[in-house]
Amino acid sequence: MSRIFVSGIGAVSPAGWGVAALREALESGEPLPTQPFTRPGWERPLRARLVPAPRERPAFLLHPRLRRTSPITHYAAAAALEAVAGFRQRNGVQGPLGLVVCLQSGCVQFSHRFFDEVTSDAATASPLLFPETVFAAPTSHVAALLPATPLVYTLMGDAAGFLQGLALGAQWLEEGQVAACLIVAAEETDWLLADAVWHLEHAAVVSAGAGAVCLSTSPESPLGVELRLITDAFTYTASRNRVQAAQAMRQQLPAGSSMELLCTGQGNSPRADAPEAAAWSDWTGPRLSPKRILGEGLMAAPAWQCVAACDAVARRQYEAAIVSVVGPSQMAIAARFAQNGPAIMPGDHR
Amino acid sequence: MLFPAAVPPSTPPRVAITGAGIITALGLGWEPNAEGFRAGRTAFRPVSLFDVGRQRVKVAAEVDLPATLPPTGLSDRDLARLDRASKMLLLAAREAQQQAEWQASDQMPLVLGTTAGGMSEGEVYYRQAVQTPQRHRRQPTRALRYQAQVQGRTVLDALGFSGPICIISNACASGANAIGHAWELIRAGRADRALAGGYDALCKLVFAGFDSLQTLSPTACRPFDARRDGLALGEGAAIVALETLEGARRRGADILGEIIGYGTTLDGHHLTQPHPEGEAALTAMKLACTSAGVAPEEIDYVNAHGTGTPLNDRAEALAIQRWAGSRAASLPVSSTKADIGHLLGAAGAVETVVCLMALRGLWLPPETAFDTPDPACSFPVVRSPQDARLNVALSNSFGFGGVNATLILRRWS
Repeated sequence: MSRIFVSGIGAVSPAGWGVAALREALESGEPLPTQPFTRPGWERPLRARLVPAPRERPAFLLHPRLRRTSPITHYAAAAALEAVAGFRQRNGVQGPLGLVVCLQSGCVQFSHRFFDEVTSDAATASPLLFPETVFAAPTSHVAALLPATPLVYTLMGDAAGFLQGLALGAQWLEEGQVAACLIVAAEETDWLLADAVWHLEHAAVVSAGAGAVCLSTSPESPLGVELRLITDAFTYTASRNRVQAAQAMRQQLPAGSSMELLCTGQGNSPRADAPEAAAWSDWTGPRLSPKRILGEGLMAAPAWQCVAACDAVARRQYEAAIVSVVGPSQMAIAARFAQNGPAIMPGDHR
Repeated sequence: MLFPAAVPPSTPPRVAITGAGIITALGLGWEPNAEGFRAGRTAFRPVSLFDVGRQRVKVAAEVDLPATLPPTGLSDRDLARLDRASKMLLLAAREAQQQAEWQASDQMPLVLGTTAGGMSEGEVYYRQAVQTPQRHRRQPTRALRYQAQVQGRTVLDALGFSGPICIISNACASGANAIGHAWELIRAGRADRALAGGYDALCKLVFAGFDSLQTLSPTACRPFDARRDGLALGEGAAIVALETLEGARRRGADILGEIIGYGTTLDGHHLTQPHPEGEAALTAMKLACTSAGVAPEEIDYVNAHGTGTPLNDRAEALAIQRWAGSRAASLPVSSTKADIGHLLGAAGAVETVVCLMALRGLWLPPETAFDTPDPACSFPVVRSPQDARLNVALSNSFGFGGVNATLILRRWS
C-alpha cells in the first residue's frame, strides 16, 4: 500500500484568486456579498456569488491555447497552477503528471452562447464557440499548460465526484502510472445555470470558481498533509436513498475529536442539507461549511472543502480533517486528511 | 473503501466479456448489428429528430427506438420521463446484463463514457427558460436529467444493481476509456466485475457544432479514402459486462471474448486537431500492446478511429504505419464509422463490441463506400465482406481535447 501526500492546493472562488483569499473568507465566517443576476422574463434578479476579476491578468492567459477560452478554463488553470507550484518547487517535475478534471455543469457560458446562435440561425453559428462547449475542453487546455501530462481524464457527476476524482488520482499513484496527480474541479455560471439551480433549490446562491489538489507519493510535501482515506462511493439507488447513503458514508469514518475538523458540504437549504446533517449529528468536533460563505459552487464546492481542510491541517490548526460530500443527485462520499505521521493500514482509522 | 484500496493481486486477473449490448442505427441488439457490420451496410438518412433546414449537411445515422421499452425495475412514470440517450443506454445495458445472466447485486460498478449526457433535455430546458421563463413545470426534472449521473442511476435502478457510477467525458474517446477504466479496476482487484460502455444521442447543439466546423461530409463518410471529405454523425450505445475470467469460468458463464490490453495518452497538439504524425495515437497503441503482451505482428484486425476527416485519418494512418512497421502491409484496417457514423462518447464502446462480433464470427467489417486509398495508408482497408482468421483485434478511439485510447481484444475459443 502506497502512502499518498498532498503536495499542493489551489483555489479560485468568489473570495478571490488563490488559497489565501479563500482562507481569509472562511476565517471571517461571513457569507460573501451577492450580486444580482438578471434573468430574462423575471422582474426580480437571481442572486449569485461571482469570481472577482484578478488583481493582475494571469500570465498563463498569454498561452495561445487560452486565447478564446471561457472563465471555467481560467479558473481551472489558475487553481491547477497554484496547486502544482509547490510540488514543482520542492521536487522538480519528476516523471509524468496525471490530471483529473471534475465537472458538474461544465462549459455553460459557451454552450449557452453557441445554442443561442444555433436557435437564431444554425447556418451562421460560430465554429469558434463549439469546441469550447465540450466537457473535455478545459481539461485539454490545463494539460497544455503543464509539462508531461500523459494521463488525463475528465469526470462528470454531482459534487461528490470530486472525491471520486481524488480516488482515481490515488489509484494511478498506487499503480505507479504517474509521479503526481492533479485533481481539479471547476465551474462557471450564467443566468441559465443559476435558473436551473434555482429550480432545484430555491435557497441556493450559485457561485463559480475552481479548486485543485495535487497528490503525490513524495512525503517531501511542503504542506505536511497526507490523504488517509476515501470512503466507498454510496450511490443513491432504488434500494438506498440519500439519507441511507449519508449514514453508510458516516459509518466508515471516526468519531469526532476537538483536534479534527469536519468540513461539510452543507449550505443554506435545510431540506437539501438534512441527510448530511443527520449523518453528522453525533459529531462533537469543530465544523466548517464553506458553501455557507462561498455559495453553491457545484463541483467546485467539494474542491474548496478539500482545499480548506488541507490548509487547516497544513497550518497545524487541526491534526486531521474530514471532507464530507452528500451530493444532490448521485452519491455520498468522504475523505480524511491528516498531518504526516506513521503509516496506517486499512481498518486502522477508527 | 476507495483509498486505501485492498492489496492488489500479485498477478492481475484476466478479464472476460460475458455480455454485450449494442444499439446503433443498424438495429437494436447483437444480431442486426452483427449482420449489418458484416455486410458493411450503411444506415444514414435525413435527420428527423430536429430541424436541419439551415445546416450544410442534413443526414445522420438515427436509431429507431421501440415504441415501448422492455420491462425493467423502472415504473411507467420513470419510463415516460426517459430521454433518448437514456433509452439507448438502458437497452444496451439490459442486453449486456441478460447475456451475462447477472442477477441483481449491490456491488456493480458502472463506468460510462458520454460527451453529451442528457443534452436534449438541456435543449428543451433552454427553450422553455427563454420562451416561457415563468413556467416552472418539468424544468426541475430536466435540470436533473440533463446530468449523466442521473442516467447512470436509471440504469442501476432498472436492472436492480447498486454500486459506484463513474462518468468519463474524454470526448470521442470516452467509451473506450470507460471500458479501459473498468478493465483496470478488475485487474487491480478493486472490483470483480463491472458494466462499462458509452452512449450518446443525436442532438441539435452537437449536430450544429460539427456542421459549423464544416467537419461533416456533404457526400458520404469514407474513412481513409483519398477523396474523403468529412465525418457523419450517428447515435447509439454499447455496454459490456466484464468480470474476472476465473469468476466467469466458475459460474459457467458463456465467455464472449477477452479484453487483454488498454492504453491511453494525451495528444496536446491542439484542441480539435491531432498531431500530424499521430504521436499520441502511436503511444496509445504501444501502451495497449505492452499491457496486452502482444506485438503488432499478432494483431489480426484494427478497427480504426477513422472519422473520415482529412486530418484524423492521415495522422492515424501514419501512426498505424509507424506502430505496425512491416506488418502494416498485410494488416486489415477499417472504420465502422462508414456504416453508422461517429457516435462520439459511444463510439469506442460500440467499436469494441464490433471487434468482439468480428472475433466471434470470424469476419472483417468492410467499408463498402471505400474507393481510392489515401497515399498515407500503407495497410489494406477492408472494402468488401469477407471471412477471416482472427484471434486479436485492436480498436482506436481519439477525442476532441486530445485523449487517445486503444483497447485490445482476444477471441475466446
